[in-house]
Amino acid sequence: MTIEELEQIATSVRQEHEKYDYEVNVCMDLACASQGADRLREALVKEAEASGKKVLVRRTGCMGPCSSGPLVRVDPSETLYRHVHSDHAESIVSSLGGEPVAELQCDLSDHFDKQVRVVLENAGYIDPEKIDDYIGRDGYKALLTALTEMTPNGVIHRITESGLRGRGGGGYPTGLKWGTVSKAGGDMKYVVCNGDEGDPGAFMDRSVMEGDPHRVIEGMAIAAYAVGASKGFIYVRAEYPVAVSRLTTALREARRRGLLGNNICGTTFNFDMEIRLGAGAFVCGEETALIASIEGRRGTPKPRPPYPAVSGLWGKPTLINNVETYANIAPIMRNGGKWFFNMGSERSKGTKVFALTGKITNTGLVEVPMGIKLWEIIDVIGGGVPDGHKLKAVQTGGPSGGCIPAEMLDLGVSYDALMAAGSIMGSGGMIVMDDTSCMVNVARFFVEFCMTESCGKCIPCRAGTAQMYTLLSRFCDGSGTMEELELLEELCDTIKETSLCGLGMTAPNPVLSTLKYFRNEYIEHIVHKRCPAGVCNIKAPVEVLA
Amino acid sequence: MSAFTLPPLPSDDKRWKIVNGTMRKNGYARHALIETLHTVQSSFGYLDDDAIRFVARSLRVPLSQAYGVVTFYHYFSLKPPGKHTMTICAGTACYIKGTDKLVAAAQEHLGICMGQTTRDGNISLMTARCVGACSRAPVVLSDGEVAGEVTSDQLLAQLERWAVE
Repeated sequence: MTIEELEQIATSVRQEHEKYDYEVNVCMDLACASQGADRLREALVKEAEASGKKVLVRRTGCMGPCSSGPLVRVDPSETLYRHVHSDHAESIVSSLGGEPVAELQCDLSDHFDKQVRVVLENAGYIDPEKIDDYIGRDGYKALLTALTEMTPNGVIHRITESGLRGRGGGGYPTGLKWGTVSKAGGDMKYVVCNGDEGDPGAFMDRSVMEGDPHRVIEGMAIAAYAVGASKGFIYVRAEYPVAVSRLTTALREARRRGLLGNNICGTTFNFDMEIRLGAGAFVCGEETALIASIEGRRGTPKPRPPYPAVSGLWGKPTLINNVETYANIAPIMRNGGKWFFNMGSERSKGTKVFALTGKITNTGLVEVPMGIKLWEIIDVIGGGVPDGHKLKAVQTGGPSGGCIPAEMLDLGVSYDALMAAGSIMGSGGMIVMDDTSCMVNVARFFVEFCMTESCGKCIPCRAGTAQMYTLLSRFCDGSGTMEELELLEELCDTIKETSLCGLGMTAPNPVLSTLKYFRNEYIEHIVHKRCPAGVCNIKAPVEVLA
Repeated sequence: MSAFTLPPLPSDDKRWKIVNGTMRKNGYARHALIETLHTVQSSFGYLDDDAIRFVARSLRVPLSQAYGVVTFYHYFSLKPPGKHTMTICAGTACYIKGTDKLVAAAQEHLGICMGQTTRDGNISLMTARCVGACSRAPVVLSDGEVAGEVTSDQLLAQLERWAVE
């Protein structure tokens, strides 16, 4: 495939679309699909055929505001309909060319206005199983341009210039990582995509892999060219069967079009990739554990150095990036490093996708520029806390992150600011908690998660998380003491300092951050034997002496 | 290097051919262990001793390593699942929206704990780490079908339907 051929496909796709007067896009992501989006699409297709109008009914990936699902967007008028069911198909199709269906129409401009879509630019606009849809929106242009017009170092330079940092949560500068792998010796190198989205309460990577799989493949291919790799692996959670099937289709299509394989675009560049299934182990998000898992072994981490960039898969230099990091590559290559650098805050560039969930009106997937204030995400984009409840905390970073209290909503979202507040950016889970959540119980929830997910290799994590869990359980049932609270704090420090990998090192974060901002809740449980939120079942209320 | 002969199929069950297919596709490479175990589990529903032995011998992986992998990863099960499986998502968003009530209701109704199967082999009760449908928490999978914003009553109604089938 040459650039000219690619442009021909893009042109013919656009011409094909121009044949239609209307496009009816149906969101078929998990949240909408679980409410009958399948039946809705079939009904729309049937109605469209019967109407005689020139209507294209398209299945798309996640449009974002999942709580309004099933969603339908009618183009070119960009009318958004919410809570659409198969019974509504007739009224939607018959309204085309006339007034929109008022009862279904929704105005989510507050929700969308503050968002900037880079990673999700195709979300809701392409059929994830059609490579031509992706090519029609400038897909694979960045790869072919890089292969024919740029040197590998030129690509790395552009990524470095963009200021992109790893979106898996660590925030390591992507350009620097690519540079290290590129300089590593040896004729065999690998690129790996970490799609083991283990953070419970987050689904950004799932949506990208399911909704725009070619974007990830293109990003990985560009990375492979830049670092000199010829083989790639996408490591996907087995819990995401749809992502696996979409990626499988996408790989097949890309091979068929000659965008993967030998001598891509008539150059000497050879690259292909395989999918590897995870098997339900959170620790496999850690890069050395992920490597062990791809090699078919138990996912236990190894001490670093050597870093995978020097010695990774089967001892060869290996580049590992997260799904969202790869999803950012093609737009950076197309629009230039400066374009990306100019978005975001001082030290965190570009945008970040968050899965906004919990006690919030508009749950779903949002993409915001770095540096945006937390309150803008919660109150404006998210529409605030429903049912008259009061916001208590926002949790970011999952089991490795922390809870940011309502008083700190003026915080700008960036790697450094979140770290300073005792949480982390993480992969993008953002869970809103209101006054019905008990922060001691929340801390126990996360510690229980880390305890069961600890691989057992190093003692601080294996035994430490179990001890933390015991102590937190004692607070939750009202039998803890103030001495035990001190012990817990000491334990947190020890685990943080001495664990082998990121899982153990960050496991105390949910405890430390709740202790920092919600210490009074711990005291209430210990001293007054009561749970302010009424969540914990305190077994033995002490007799209160008059 | 001495020639390696593949072990015979454990039985004439056709599903073993699917398992063999996965191994062949991967050139019987040792790193295909997890892939192969996935195929066994999706074909048979679980992994028993015969299956682990067969896969380990075919891929020339020590039995200890194969067993280690099976028990390390939560996704693999050593017990046969019930006829129906009710999976309750235990992710953070679901927890915040009250998964604990669903778990308690299901356990009480069936008289078994999470991870167990009813004595008649009809229903298994499982938890999932997170299925990624967080925006519709709490989420339940009835035989793999995702349902969101589930109440205890809805969950019990489904269990009832399965019980009287």
